Amino acid sequence: SQRGEMKRVKGDEDACSSSSEGPTESCKKVRKLQPSKEKHQEEEEETDVDLCEFGFDWALLPQEILLNIFQFLPLLDRAYASQVCRGWNQAFHMPELWRCFEFELNQPASSYLKATHPDLIKQIIKRHSNHLQYVSFKVDSSTESAEAACDILSQLVNCSLKTLGLISTARPSFMELPKSHFISALTVVFVNSKSLSSLKIDDTPVDDPSLKVLVANNSDTLRMLKMSSCPHVSPAGILCVADQCHGLRELALNYHLLSDELLLALSSEKHVHLEHLRIDVVSENPGQHFHTIRKSSWDAMLRHSPKFNLVMYFFLYEDEFGPFFREEVPITHLYFGRSVSKDVLGRVGLHCPRLVELVVCANGLRPLDEELIRIAKRCTQLSAIGLGECEVSCSAFVEFVKMCGRRLSQLSIMEEVLIPDHKYNLDEIHWEVSKHLGRVWFPDMMPTW
Amino acid sequence: MVVNSVHWFRKGLRLHDNPALQEALNSADTVRCVYILDPWFAGSANVGINRWRFLLESLEDLDSSLRKLDSRLFVVRGQPANVFPSLFKEWNVTRLTFEYDSEPYGKERDGAIIKMAQEFGVETIVRNSHTLYNLDRIVEMNNGSPPLTFKRFQALVNRLELPMKPLPTITQEQMGSCRTKIADNHDEHYSVPSLEELGFKTQGLDPAVWKGGESEALERLNKHLDRKAWVASFERARINMCSLIASPTGLSPYLRFGCLSCRVFYYNLRELYMKLRKNCSPPLSLFGQLLWREFFYAAGTNNPNFDRMEGNPICVQIPWDHNPEALAKWAEGSTGFPWIDAIMTQLRQEGWIHHLARHAVACFLTRGDLWISWESGMRVFEELLLDADWSVNAGSWMWLSCSAFFQQFFHCYCPVGFGRRTDPSGDYIRRYIPKLKDYPNRYIYEPWRAPESVQKAANCIVGVDYPKPMINHAEGSRLNIERMKQVYQQLSHYRGLNNGSNLPLMGCRLMAPSSTILLVISLRAVMLGSDGQSEWFLLPTTHSSCHELHDCHDDLLSRAAVVCPFCHLTDHVVEVLWLPRYRTSMLSPLQGIDICMYAGVGTSCFN
Repeated sequence: SQRGEMKRVKGDEDACSSSSEGPTESCKKVRKLQPSKEKHQEEEEETDVDLCEFGFDWALLPQEILLNIFQFLPLLDRAYASQVCRGWNQAFHMPELWRCFEFELNQPASSYLKATHPDLIKQIIKRHSNHLQYVSFKVDSSTESAEAACDILSQLVNCSLKTLGLISTARPSFMELPKSHFISALTVVFVNSKSLSSLKIDDTPVDDPSLKVLVANNSDTLRMLKMSSCPHVSPAGILCVADQCHGLRELALNYHLLSDELLLALSSEKHVHLEHLRIDVVSENPGQHFHTIRKSSWDAMLRHSPKFNLVMYFFLYEDEFGPFFREEVPITHLYFGRSVSKDVLGRVGLHCPRLVELVVCANGLRPLDEELIRIAKRCTQLSAIGLGECEVSCSAFVEFVKMCGRRLSQLSIMEEVLIPDHKYNLDEIHWEVSKHLGRVWFPDMMPTW
Repeated sequence: MVVNSVHWFRKGLRLHDNPALQEALNSADTVRCVYILDPWFAGSANVGINRWRFLLESLEDLDSSLRKLDSRLFVVRGQPANVFPSLFKEWNVTRLTFEYDSEPYGKERDGAIIKMAQEFGVETIVRNSHTLYNLDRIVEMNNGSPPLTFKRFQALVNRLELPMKPLPTITQEQMGSCRTKIADNHDEHYSVPSLEELGFKTQGLDPAVWKGGESEALERLNKHLDRKAWVASFERARINMCSLIASPTGLSPYLRFGCLSCRVFYYNLRELYMKLRKNCSPPLSLFGQLLWREFFYAAGTNNPNFDRMEGNPICVQIPWDHNPEALAKWAEGSTGFPWIDAIMTQLRQEGWIHHLARHAVACFLTRGDLWISWESGMRVFEELLLDADWSVNAGSWMWLSCSAFFQQFFHCYCPVGFGRRTDPSGDYIRRYIPKLKDYPNRYIYEPWRAPESVQKAANCIVGVDYPKPMINHAEGSRLNIERMKQVYQQLSHYRGLNNGSNLPLMGCRLMAPSSTILLVISLRAVMLGSDGQSEWFLLPTTHSSCHELHDCHDDLLSRAAVVCPFCHLTDHVVEVLWLPRYRTSMLSPLQGIDICMYAGVGTSCFN
């Protein structure tokens, strides 16, 4: 009976949607709801209707309820609602609704996305800048957009931000600004916000002096700092942050800023446990030499924050890996964005006992069999692995999965990676691996086109 | 009653397995085979000279095959909507036949023509033969929305009966029984135009690597099957230098123009397999490329915005960069990465590139390096690629740019390493970029790393004779991995800053269009009563075709054994639904279903 009824609902839906688009939307809802009297949401709908019939005055809704409702509405809907009556208009401007804002700064010529309307930006600066607490700027690839973001920042004089994010959605456009312009805008926020806790300023021209301003004003509150690829910051600059900001739990930076001193500062007694450290190792010019970090510094870090995640992204040429993985490193998440040699992966198996996640985007033409098996044996926490342009023989792969077993919650292997051998072909491997994982598994595939 | 048929060729440029043409001939008094093209439009359309040449050759071939049957092809100049009324009158047409076109634009055009034919009292007969399966059937079996994963698609196809058997070629007798007088001045009005007539300059044009036409297609099919029989292995072959070069057994452009029937290909493969494998029924994987084609055709058939990001319900909105200069460098093959440039040169010169080469250049243009919209790349392919079907082209681009179809995005093809792995000697590069031919193997994929002495010895200075790399790939891919994560995090909802930072690197598998909320609904309590490890059972429902929740609920109960198309689980019953935001209020009242928001994976950050 229920089935039959369902069919009918479906039929109605079809009839409705095929007739025309927009205007039938409301009729559709009503018609769809009718056949299912036993459903609860139906009752809700009916109560609404009743309220209207009894002449309920929507304008009398208490502010806190209105606020609650408004919080769930997108800005545009709130703006429409604010035109209904005076009460709703007042509600529209309640500070609670303006704590969090994302400025989208896009030039029509360089982005597909819509931009925050300039009038709205003016409004916010005029009426709500003192309410803002969680602010982010999304900026497209044009310098004008980055400039606009800085202009807004420098007008936020009477606000105290808790989080600030500068996000370049396409190219790192903040890098194209005159450094002084960017710095003066950023320091406005640093100086005025006394309780900044999270800061994401990847790919910006932030420099040591501006970090000093940050520290001078926000050292007690800063918890998160993300500044990957900020070429104007020196190891001393970041060390000053680590020395002063004892609440720092999350830090992202490039390898050239990482030093033994930094790790020791982060593991000082005064410092809270670090939760997350992300390091990007990017080669700026071919054949670059990278410094090493002492094992004792990593050990100190680990003693201080035994649970911290160490996430490392490598974007290096194969011949630049010399200094890495020579000694034990407490890496938990490891990403190789470019081709990495068998030798390095062998060292990973030896020296990364905390490894949880491993992604190898590419490797040479020789199968990674022994390397994977060693990783399975030594990295007892490993629960996710992704392999791109590599090769692994099917039997070694099965062995790997068997050793890791069900703790492998993510297993993302491109189909081309698996090389059939005398034991398994590609059809068999999917059964064999599924068996050891305890769930059905298939390799990832790309369309043959 | 006199029956005067017109068969309208569009795709399906063949006499074998052409059901609509068979209908045209069926007890007709006269039959005219028509192709309509607008020479004025040709030059301006976004179709390159190689594609036009392939088309014209296919038409020539069709005409010469028809001649052998004492008939001719009528190439009519103009637009279908303008041309048909006068043709109907002039030829006293009573029946119009054509092959079914499943693509939204084609459906619209055909709808108008059918209506017009009705007004003229002309009967229309439409037959499906460009795809193996009836795509509407597949969509219907998938609850009204196209399957969005290939596994799901395969599961549906497995439940379908085999595709229709191909029909034989048109015979002399069939044609003879409805002989149509060919006017003496036929060529004056209806000949196949030349490239010059279409406004193309043909001076210095290289001979075609891919010759259009049904005859060539059938010859290639035989060679293709011979080779398969010779190798006697149906495993996917490992790619090497040879696979990158246009092969005399390649078939994809012929399938695109319908010079070869996909059903003929399908059944030939099937029979060969069964002959060699002692009547084993062939696995679906045997038909890989054919099925991928069907998959994308099915995905696009009801989605007029399938070829763009905006307004496309299955496409993730990604803030691509607008960068015409970079796009031009990519399209012209002057990126400074020999692997990318060689591929783009081959594409421009010959009209075909290997599918892994497509992956390489598509990844480079979009998520891998340049961060330019897949739509721009798709348009370049549309112009240059002989086998660019609208659906397959758009679908593959969305796939490769991680804009749809549930991709892992952790892996970007490296514009240096990928090529080197495929062809370590670099001969492919030397073939298409002769400037680099004297570079030693070691540097041929990254000439900018060669010492000056080597560059001088090779007579090709990077930055002078060959461009410097237009982007630092390491930096570019680092940025883009982050960009992708931002996009996907936003889709899977903001987790806030304090939710810990356990971050899988691979990003999330699941995504929904931005106007939707992703919900994971566990039905375990209802379904199994067991408390196994939590796994997902998914029903691919996009918001565009979202069912009422009680609808889904019931549907799920009846489909407990269906394999999950995302992670392929059979025995767990958790479901992911994409619901428009306003629907979420309806979830709570349902008993026995615990609901949790899918928190998403990836770095917690700003949103």
